[in-house]
Amino acid sequence: MTVVSVAKEHGLVLRQVELAHGGQRLLGPLSLTVAPGEVVTVMGPSGCGKSSLLAFVCGTLDPALEGSGRILLNGEDISRRLPEERHVGILFQDDLLFPHLSVAGNLAFGLPPQIRDRRARRARIEEALAEADMAEFYDRDPATLSGGQRARVALLRTLLSEPCALLLDEPFAKLDVALRARFRSFVFDHARAQALPTLLVTHDPQDALDAGGPVLEIDAAGKVCAGTDRPLEQRGPEPRRTTE
Amino acid sequence: MTRRDLLAYLPGLTLLLFLAPVAAGLIGTWLPAFGYFPALEGHGFSLLPWQMLLAHPGLPESLRLTLLSGFLATLTSFLLTIVFLAACHGGRIILAIRGLMAPLLAVPHAAMALGLAFLIAPSGWLVRLVSPWATGWDLPPDVASLPDPNGLALTLGLVMKELPFLLLMTLSALEHSRADERLAIARSLGYGPVMAWMKTVLPAVYRQIRLPIYAVLAYSLSVVDMAMILAPLSPPPLAVQVFRWFNDPDLTMRFVAAAGAVLQLLVVVAAIALWRLGEILAARLGRAWIAGGRRGGKGRALRVLVKAAIQTLVVLAAAGLLAMALWSVTRRWRYPDALPSSLSLDIWSRLGNDIVWTTGTTLISGLAAAFIALALVLGCLENEQRRGLTISTRALWLLYAPLLVPQVAFLFGSQVLSIQIGIDATWIALVWSHLLFVLPYVFLSLEDSYRALDERYSRTALCLGASPNRVFWRVKLPMLLRPVLFATAVGFAVSVTQYLPTLFAGGGRFVTLTTEAVSLSAGGDRRVMGVFAFLQAALPLAAFAAALALPKRLARSRALREQRA
Amino acid sequence: MRRRIALLPLLAACLSTLLTGTLGGAQREAAAAETRAWPEIVEAAKGQTVYWNAWGGDERINAYIAWVGERVWDDYGIMVRHVKLADTADAVSRVLAERAAGKTEGGSVDLIWINGENFATMKDNGLLYGPFTEALPNFALVDFADKPTTLVDFTVPTDGLEAPWGMAKLNFIYDSARVAETPGSIPALLDWAKANPGRFTYPTPPDFLGTTFLKQVLIELAPDPAFLQQPVADDAQVEQVARPLWEYLDALHPHLWRGGKTFPASGPAQRQLLDDGEVDFALSFYPSEASSAIANGLLPETARTFVLDEGTIGNTHFVAIPFNASAAAGALVVANFLMGPEAQAQKQNPEVWGDDTVLAMAKLAPADRKRFEDLPIGVATLAPEALGPTLLEPHPSWMTRIEAEWQRRYAR
Repeated sequence: MTVVSVAKEHGLVLRQVELAHGGQRLLGPLSLTVAPGEVVTVMGPSGCGKSSLLAFVCGTLDPALEGSGRILLNGEDISRRLPEERHVGILFQDDLLFPHLSVAGNLAFGLPPQIRDRRARRARIEEALAEADMAEFYDRDPATLSGGQRARVALLRTLLSEPCALLLDEPFAKLDVALRARFRSFVFDHARAQALPTLLVTHDPQDALDAGGPVLEIDAAGKVCAGTDRPLEQRGPEPRRTTE
Repeated sequence: MTRRDLLAYLPGLTLLLFLAPVAAGLIGTWLPAFGYFPALEGHGFSLLPWQMLLAHPGLPESLRLTLLSGFLATLTSFLLTIVFLAACHGGRIILAIRGLMAPLLAVPHAAMALGLAFLIAPSGWLVRLVSPWATGWDLPPDVASLPDPNGLALTLGLVMKELPFLLLMTLSALEHSRADERLAIARSLGYGPVMAWMKTVLPAVYRQIRLPIYAVLAYSLSVVDMAMILAPLSPPPLAVQVFRWFNDPDLTMRFVAAAGAVLQLLVVVAAIALWRLGEILAARLGRAWIAGGRRGGKGRALRVLVKAAIQTLVVLAAAGLLAMALWSVTRRWRYPDALPSSLSLDIWSRLGNDIVWTTGTTLISGLAAAFIALALVLGCLENEQRRGLTISTRALWLLYAPLLVPQVAFLFGSQVLSIQIGIDATWIALVWSHLLFVLPYVFLSLEDSYRALDERYSRTALCLGASPNRVFWRVKLPMLLRPVLFATAVGFAVSVTQYLPTLFAGGGRFVTLTTEAVSLSAGGDRRVMGVFAFLQAALPLAAFAAALALPKRLARSRALREQRA
Repeated sequence: MRRRIALLPLLAACLSTLLTGTLGGAQREAAAAETRAWPEIVEAAKGQTVYWNAWGGDERINAYIAWVGERVWDDYGIMVRHVKLADTADAVSRVLAERAAGKTEGGSVDLIWINGENFATMKDNGLLYGPFTEALPNFALVDFADKPTTLVDFTVPTDGLEAPWGMAKLNFIYDSARVAETPGSIPALLDWAKANPGRFTYPTPPDFLGTTFLKQVLIELAPDPAFLQQPVADDAQVEQVARPLWEYLDALHPHLWRGGKTFPASGPAQRQLLDDGEVDFALSFYPSEASSAIANGLLPETARTFVLDEGTIGNTHFVAIPFNASAAAGALVVANFLMGPEAQAQKQNPEVWGDDTVLAMAKLAPADRKRFEDLPIGVATLAPEALGPTLLEPHPSWMTRIEAEWQRRYAR
C-alpha cells in the first residue's frame, strides 16, 4: 500500500491521465494508485471533470473529449480495451436500475454468464439479496422500492458482475442524510470485503471522511491542488502520489 | 368569447377536424360493404358483397402479396434500425446517416419507387452498367426482377422509405431514454456494445417507437402508389385491387370494393394485433434472455454488415433519383448504354405548361395544409402549456389514427360525404384531405422542441409584464423558429407525397406532381416520368433547404444590422 | 370530456347527411336531347372551363389535348383542363359517386374520352348528357358509310350520346433490326412465340390493348364469330365460343415474357419494353404510332409495323358528356372542334399523334381535304391498303365475361 509505481502492482493505477476538449486541457495530469480494498477519493467542484475521469477509466468517455495516459488494473494496461473488457464496475448518482426488469432481473443482468444453471443463478441472487437484508424483494418492480433500497440493489448488481475495481460517481448525493451514512458504510464494507480498489469522486467532504482513504483535491481548472495519504481529518504534511 | 376560450377549444376542434372525416368515411364504406348503397339500388343489408369478394379468384394471391411485403418491409426496417443504432451507438456514422435520412424522408414514395424501378429492371441501370461487357447480355435477361412474383421490389422500396422514418423516430426516442448511462452501466458490467444496447436501451426505446412501428406496418400493408409501380399487377396487392374495384366500370363492383376496403382494414387491425402478440412474446422471452446474462461479442461483423446494408439503401435511393433526373434531360437512352446517347431539354419545354400547373397545385395545397396544420399544432401545444396539461397516450393514439387506418378503407366514404356537403373537388376538400396526414407529422416533429423550451424564458417575460399572447409571438416563436420551420417543411413534404387523398378528394381535377408521376408510371415514357419524379423530389427537398437556410439568413442579417448600428 | 361530447353530434350529423344524401341521389334523371341552336351554344360556352377527363398515359396524346386547349381558347374563349386518368373508369366512378350523393348538376366531369364498356355502362345507367351529336355542325362530316363504328360502339348504338373522335385499328410494332419474319396470323404468332421464348407479351387485361388482343384471338379462333356481335345468351355459349381462346392462351403463356406470370401494365409500357429490348413486339391502336414514336425518340429508327393477314380489330373512340356536367355548352363546343377538319388533320399527323380521322374526305371542302393529303407518312406507317380488313368489336357483354374469366385463370 505504500509501494509506489510498481508495474506488477495489484489494484488500480492511473498514470499521467489527462482529459482535454478540442485541445484545451480539462483535467490532469493525474497519477494515482488505488490498492485492493482501499478507497481513494477525488474531490472537486462540479464541472471540474471528475465524472469524465471515471468515464475515461471505464472506457465510456464522451467521443467529444480526448483522454490520454494509461490505466492499469492488477498490472495490466486496460486503457485501450473496450469498456466490457475492463472489468470495472461503476455506480452513479442515479441508481439506473432498469425499469423493464424486476429486482432479480436487474441482478441477473449483472451476474456473469459463466454461471449457466438457472438454479445456480437464482441461488446467487437470493444469497446476495439476503445478505443485504432484502430477501423478500426478489420479484419486486424497482419502481416500488425506496431510494435506499434501490441504491443497494444497484451496488449488488455491480458486485455480482465480479468487477476487479469499483468506481463511484457521487452515488450518495441523492440520498437523504440518514440514509447516506448507512449506504456509504454498506458500499465501503462490501468494497473492502471483496478487496476491490475503489475510486470515489464527490464534492461532499463527508463522503471523503467516511471513505477513510487518501484524498485528492482538484480545483475548478482541473489541476490537482492537494492530496493526502490519510483520511481527511488527519491530513498529513506531505502530498502523496500526485506526481511521479 | 375571449381569446383564451378560443384556444381552449382548439384541441377539440383539431381532433374533430381530422377524426370526423375518417370516422364518417369508414361508416360510408362499411354500409355499401354490407349491401346498403341506395344510389345503386342497394336498399337492404346483405352479405352478397362479401361472397363476391371471397369468391374473387385473385384474392388469396393478393392477400399473400400484401402480407408478405407488409410484414417483411416492417420487420426489415425495424431490425435494420435497431441493429444499426445498437452497433454504431455514439459513432460518427449515426450523425452522417441522420443527416441523410431527413432528405430521404422528404422524397415522395412515388419518386423513390420510379427511381428504384428503373434501377432494378432487367433492362435497368444496374444491368446497363455491367452489360454487355461483363454479362454478355446483348438483350436484357428475362429475369423477373420487376415486378417479382413475391413483391420483393415493393418490399425494398418500402424499406427505403420507412427506414428513415423509423430511424429518425428512434433517434428522437433515444434522447429521452438516458441511453448513454444505461450503456455505461451495462458495459461496465461486461456487456458487448450490441448486447448492451439490445438488453438495456431497446426495452426503454421500444415503448416510444411502438406507434411509429404500427404506422409503418399499417402503411406497408395498404400502400397503393408504390405498389402500382413496383408490385406485380395480376393480381396486385389487396389495396391496389380494392382501388381498382372502386374504379371498375361495372358499378356493382362498388359493393365488392367496399367489402374489400373493410377487409383491408381488418388485415391491418389483425396485423397490428399479431405484432402486439409478438411483442408480448418477445418481452417474455427477452426477460429470460436478459437474465441469462450472456455478454455478447464486440459486434464488429454486425456493425460492418448493417452499415453496408444502410449505405446500400442510401446509394440505391440516391442513384434512383439521379437516374430520374438524368432521364428528364435525355433524348435517347437505349439498353445497354450505361449513359444516355443523346441529351435534350425538349421534354421540359414540351411539358412547360403542365409543369407550371401541377407544380402550382402541389405548392398551393402543400403550403396551405402545412401552415394550417402548423397553426393548429402550435395552438394545441400552447394551450397545453398554459393549462399545464400533458398529452395522454390515448390522445396520441387518436393523433395516429389517420396513419393507422388504411387510406383506401375510408377515402371512398369521405368522398361521398364531401360531395354531400358540397365541397368535393374543391380546394377545401383537397387541403382538408391532406391535412389528415400532414397534421400528425407536424405535431410529432414539433412537440419535443416546444416542450423542451426552457419554461423560465416565458416566466421571465410574463414577470416583465408581457401578456401570454405577446410571450407566444415575441418570445416562444422566435426562439423556436428553427423547429417550427422544420415542422412546416415536414408538413409540406407529407402533403406532396399524398396520392389517394388527392385523387379521391380532388375529384381528379387537381393534378399534383404525385398523381402525375403515378399515372405516368403506367405509360412508359421514362423521360416524362423523370421530369415529374425529379420535381416531386426537388420540391420537398427545397422546402427543407429553405427551412434550414432561413434562420441562418435571419441571424446573418441581424448581425449585419448590429454591425451597422 | 368536452372533447367527447363535441365529437358525437358532429358524427351524427355526418352520418345523417350521408344517409339522406344517398337516398336522395337514387332518383334518376331522364336524358334530355340538346335543343339549343349552335350560335346559342357557342355563346353560352364562352368563358367556361371544361374539365376533360381523358386517359393520360401517352405523352403524345396529352400534347395533342394541350394543343386543342390552346385552339379552343383562341377561337371560343373556352378553357380546357385535361384531367389525366390512369383508367377511363375512374371518371365513370366519379360521375357515379356524384349521382350517389344527389349531385345532379355542377358535376366535376365535363367531357370524357370514352368507348366500349365504359360507354355501355354510362348509357345503361343514364349517366350521359344528350343526345347531342345532331346539334354539332361538324357531325355531318363524319364518314358513317365506310366507318360504321362511328354510330355503333362495340355493337351498342351511340344514339347521339357520344361524338366520334378517332379511328383505331390494332397493329403490331417490331424492331426490324432484331426480327426479320413477322407472324401473319394468331396461330402463327403461337409458333413464333414457341421459337422465341420470352420475347412476346401483351398488356394485362383490363387494359384496353390487352383486352383487344384477347378479342383478336377470340374472333380469329372462334368457330362462329357471328355470335360475338350479339349479347351473350348463356354460360354454355360463352363456354363453347371461348374454348379455343383459353386453349390458345394456355399454350401461349409459358412462352411469353416472364413465362406469362406477369404482363406489362399498358400499351405504352410494352412499347417501352420493346425499346429496352425486353420483348420483340408491341401492340398499338394507331397505325402511325411507330413512326410517331421514332420521331419522338421513343423507338429505334428501325421500328416497323405489321398487321395480321385476316384483319385486325378496329373501333372508334368518342367523347361524351356526363348528365351533370358543369360546363355542358363548353363541352359541346370542344366536341365539335374535335370533329372538325383542322383538329382531325392535326390528330392524324404522325408527328403529332397519328390517329386516323373519322371524317369522310368526300364531304370536306377542297382546302380541308388538302390538310389531310399534305400529311407526312412516317417511315414505319403502313399504307391504308396494307392495313388489311377491319374486324368488328364484339358486344361488351362478351368482354365482361372474357375479362373475368381471364382474371380467374391467369391472375391468381
